[in-house]
Amino acid sequence: MRDRTPFPLNAWYAAAWGHEIRHALAARKICEQDVVLYRRSDGAVVALEDACWHRLLPLSLGALKGDDVVCGYHGLEFNSAGRCTYMPAQKTINPSACVRSFPAVEKHRLVWVWPGDPALADAAAIPDFHWNDGTEWIGEGGTYYNLNCDYRLVIDNLMDLTHETYVHAGSIGHDAINDSPFEVTHTQRTAQVTRWMLGIEPPPFWAAQLGKPGLVDRWQIIRFEAPAVVVGDVGVAPVGTGAPTGDRSQGVNGAFLAAITPVTENTCHYFWNFVRSFRTDDTNLTRSIQLAHVNDGKGLYDQDATVLQAQQIAIARHPRTPFYNLNIDAGALWARRLIDHMLDAEQPLASAQPGIAAE
Amino acid sequence: MQNAPVWIDAKLRATREVAPDIRLFELEPSESLPPASPGSHINVQVSLGSQTDVRSYSLVGLPEAGVLRIAVKHLPQGRGGSAHMWRLAPGDTLPISAPRNLFALSRHDSDYLLVAGGIGITPILGMAQFLAASGARLRVLYACRTQEDAAFADILERALGDRLVMKLDARQERVDFADEIARLADGGELYVCGPIGMLEAAKAAWRASGRPPERLRFETFGSSGHAASQPFQVRIPRLGREIAVSAGQTMLDAMQLAGIEMIYDCRRGECGLCALPILSVEGVVDHRDVFFSEAEKAANTKLCTCVSRVAGGRITIDTADREA
Repeated sequence: MRDRTPFPLNAWYAAAWGHEIRHALAARKICEQDVVLYRRSDGAVVALEDACWHRLLPLSLGALKGDDVVCGYHGLEFNSAGRCTYMPAQKTINPSACVRSFPAVEKHRLVWVWPGDPALADAAAIPDFHWNDGTEWIGEGGTYYNLNCDYRLVIDNLMDLTHETYVHAGSIGHDAINDSPFEVTHTQRTAQVTRWMLGIEPPPFWAAQLGKPGLVDRWQIIRFEAPAVVVGDVGVAPVGTGAPTGDRSQGVNGAFLAAITPVTENTCHYFWNFVRSFRTDDTNLTRSIQLAHVNDGKGLYDQDATVLQAQQIAIARHPRTPFYNLNIDAGALWARRLIDHMLDAEQPLASAQPGIAAE
Repeated sequence: MQNAPVWIDAKLRATREVAPDIRLFELEPSESLPPASPGSHINVQVSLGSQTDVRSYSLVGLPEAGVLRIAVKHLPQGRGGSAHMWRLAPGDTLPISAPRNLFALSRHDSDYLLVAGGIGITPILGMAQFLAASGARLRVLYACRTQEDAAFADILERALGDRLVMKLDARQERVDFADEIARLADGGELYVCGPIGMLEAAKAAWRASGRPPERLRFETFGSSGHAASQPFQVRIPRLGREIAVSAGQTMLDAMQLAGIEMIYDCRRGECGLCALPILSVEGVVDHRDVFFSEAEKAANTKLCTCVSRVAGGRITIDTADREA
């Protein structure tokens, strides 16, 4: 019934960290499309279709000559706009010879690529990811390349943090997450889950960051921006110091950042960071927070990766079993709804799905 | 979020009245399906005017190869699903889903108490037949207005003898859950399918008995309330909207029809996803869900828009919409 891809194409997706793209060819698969990335000598990033016009050999197996890509098979050359500039054994160039060029922009320390209609690509629509700029908020993240799950499972995971109590017991998990009410709101392009846990014992990770004894007010304000960016404003402050009404000066504030990029229907790249606005000069703390998240299978996000990939395997093994949704999934369902709106706009379904009711 | 449903064509082989307002439908699926365990239901596509909707109906009786039986009570004040079903004639084709079971019997050596209220007999019948045939210890209570309304009572009586107890409104009889639960052996289980008032009585008595909550199983049918369904008004100050909900319409449907975007899943008052905050109410909120606790319903701060309504009057609510 559903032929369309589960991801919109007319959107900006993170393709690489800026520092990963140098004057060299780097292959990435994004939304089922093979892309070769490189940095021109003027510093601009380039994203071309990773297949030679001639015989489809991945251009990423070739080499750069100046700012042009030389195919590693027969030496065809393409400029950074994808236009062929050299063909072997002929004086002219076939006028139709080119490879597709994808709009690519470097912003917030990431390289963003637009896999859809280039005419619609507007750099102003790059998701708000300013926490990752490395200026006000500090942290060093990383990427799970080719994580074996549907990108929406990562969004589900981040939009419902009750999972922390079980997946991340002993670090950030806490029963209070389950016991505290949450509010879910949305706009045309964003969905937000807000949860305040007032007067609780801080979980171990946050107790260590705060470095003060006593109960805290803890917050999790998670914002999804369609189709695949999630930013979680999280932190704790000593109870009664005004955090719920806007004064976080006595507390510690962090933000988890996720830019998720579909690779195939069932795989994705997961660009992550955890940044903070406290002790920003403490490089040891930066490193230890990074290791707390990803550390050879022992970090917080490693725990999530294990769950997400096991979940994807289970979904494949139960093709006719629908998910059940709980109240806690409201944020995830709004996120998926906003994705579906983007899909409806660019890949309309033949017919609408009927609703379900019981009698 | 759910996988796309798979629809199978089924031919309506025959219909039969099993009570004045209850009709049995025998369906022949166009492909062979695995046997359905007692308590299973199918989804059926129904047309409501120009729209298509889906209704869930329990399978009636013991499984039989090549045929699925459902029973539909005609609800003239309903949303139109039963009216659509009653318009069907033998030979018609309708899209159905494969059976699923959300009300399965446990398979341990136990004592079973099965309680049906009205059309809630549909899953209970096959469960009772199955348990009787397997020699399990059981007792079935069947509450109805009159004996005439008690569809399948004859079949049950043959299978159960004095293990079937009828409770008829016409005789001023009521199910005394506390008493019945007390009779149930330790480790016994209670299965209930009936209107919301019956479910609430069963839940309260079960809780009071101190028995483990997982041994009480119930199925809802989402269309019954404490009060009759009446039209009411919904005010949404955030959006500057006022919406009329007709007697035959859910609040969720009325809001969606008015262009207000909602999330929801079960549409049976179970999952809680469609719940919205109540700002004020003129009239009584008829909470028809099984998601909120009794204390939450009493506090009246939220309602499940898929099933709950106002018993005449006006409700002011908030939605999840925010300015960009």
